[in-house]
Amino acid sequence: MSEPKPLPIAARSEGCPFTPADELYEMQRSEELPRIMVPSPLLDEFEAATITRYEDAKNALSDTRLRMGFVFDPDAPRTMLNQPGNLLNYNGADHSRLRRMLTGAFTVKRVRSLRPLIERIVAERLDEVERAGPGADLVRLFSTPIPTLVICELLGVPYADRADFQHRAQIGLDVNTSRETQIRNLAEMDEYMATLIASHRESPGDNLLGSVVREHGGELTDDELVGIGNMLLIAGHETTASMLSASTTLLLRNPDQLAVLRDEPEAVDGAVEELLRYCSPATAMPRQAGEDMAVRDQKIGEGERVVISLLAANRDLPEAAERDLDELDVRNPPKHHVTFGYGAHQCLGQQLARMELRIALPALFNRFPELRLACPEEDIEYRTKALVFGVRNLPVTW
Amino acid sequence: MTVNIDVDQSRCVAAGHCVSAAPEVFDQRDEDGVVVLLDENPAEHEHEGVREAALLCPSAAITVREAERRS
Repeated sequence: MSEPKPLPIAARSEGCPFTPADELYEMQRSEELPRIMVPSPLLDEFEAATITRYEDAKNALSDTRLRMGFVFDPDAPRTMLNQPGNLLNYNGADHSRLRRMLTGAFTVKRVRSLRPLIERIVAERLDEVERAGPGADLVRLFSTPIPTLVICELLGVPYADRADFQHRAQIGLDVNTSRETQIRNLAEMDEYMATLIASHRESPGDNLLGSVVREHGGELTDDELVGIGNMLLIAGHETTASMLSASTTLLLRNPDQLAVLRDEPEAVDGAVEELLRYCSPATAMPRQAGEDMAVRDQKIGEGERVVISLLAANRDLPEAAERDLDELDVRNPPKHHVTFGYGAHQCLGQQLARMELRIALPALFNRFPELRLACPEEDIEYRTKALVFGVRNLPVTW
Repeated sequence: MTVNIDVDQSRCVAAGHCVSAAPEVFDQRDEDGVVVLLDENPAEHEHEGVREAALLCPSAAITVREAERRS
């Protein structure tokens, strides 16, 4: 059995998982776009031009010549990259048509209206943590349940099914799995979602899946609805759960920064942006050049694949001239970052993710002002070899 | 200084940055979150938010033209 491999664009330093690996900085210094081998259970290992600088990342992510959905094939087995309905498999007008069926649910106004719901969910989880302790695992009792409860409520997915769909999401994001495992896993995800979609077809529920069926059901196939449902469910719980666990860990390792989130309500929004920049938990999906093109002055040939390191790009912002971007500084948030991507595919649920973080983090540190790690820092297990970075366990006490 | 704003609804991906940055100048359509321009020539105190909105917009749907005020 070979050693598990990290995804090179998300590789983290041996000594500190919050710091990009030296190789990423080396690539960033290179004028050329290095060609590297990227492990992927769905595409097999493939070669890709690698983008690590901030300006290049912005340009590449918003360049419509770099296409997604390049392995769409109705005759091939279903995989995450060959799944109708998943927005990450579409380009241009097809993408825009599908995305606009969903964007109404994630506007700033709609997300603000969810504040009381999220506050209630957070308060109940904190009660649970309090009852369990002193001493509790925040991954199990706090960072995973909060976004899972929110997305279940929003979509209309039964929370009782969480163990199964969380497990399937973990497999889906694990780069070190076989193609067969991924095909089988997606078949199970699709089967589960198909049951929910069928019941909404019969009687659309008072939730996001119900309203998509009610308003757009006539123009969408069941396959597309299943793809939409799975995308929302996975993206809605896994990424925010990872960001919550990673940023809580980071703050517990930096008590002076934690104190800002605990004691200064007016600093919270900016602090969350700095935490998003610094943790960069998610990875951008690979693109493929639809024609000969260039990023900066670097040529990319038609058919070449391109991968973009959001983690590295976030350490190369224009602010690098004024401050050390490898230092966390929650009082000094970035003007912009690419944690949610950039261009037409920028994260659909980003305002919801922000709202959850802005509510959950200060609430945690205010409920437990003396919160601290209950194990040596080096005993925390980080998930560094999956498509989304996070921690596996976060034992704390107070 | 005056600013003149253009929005391109066909490019908009409803990320919502503009509404957060300059809520008096931009809104989102309820049904699909697409940008709605509330004020083409906002007052001076809105200019910083407008510039931020244009910077953050991931789909370059906001164009801001700045001109010295003619006296």
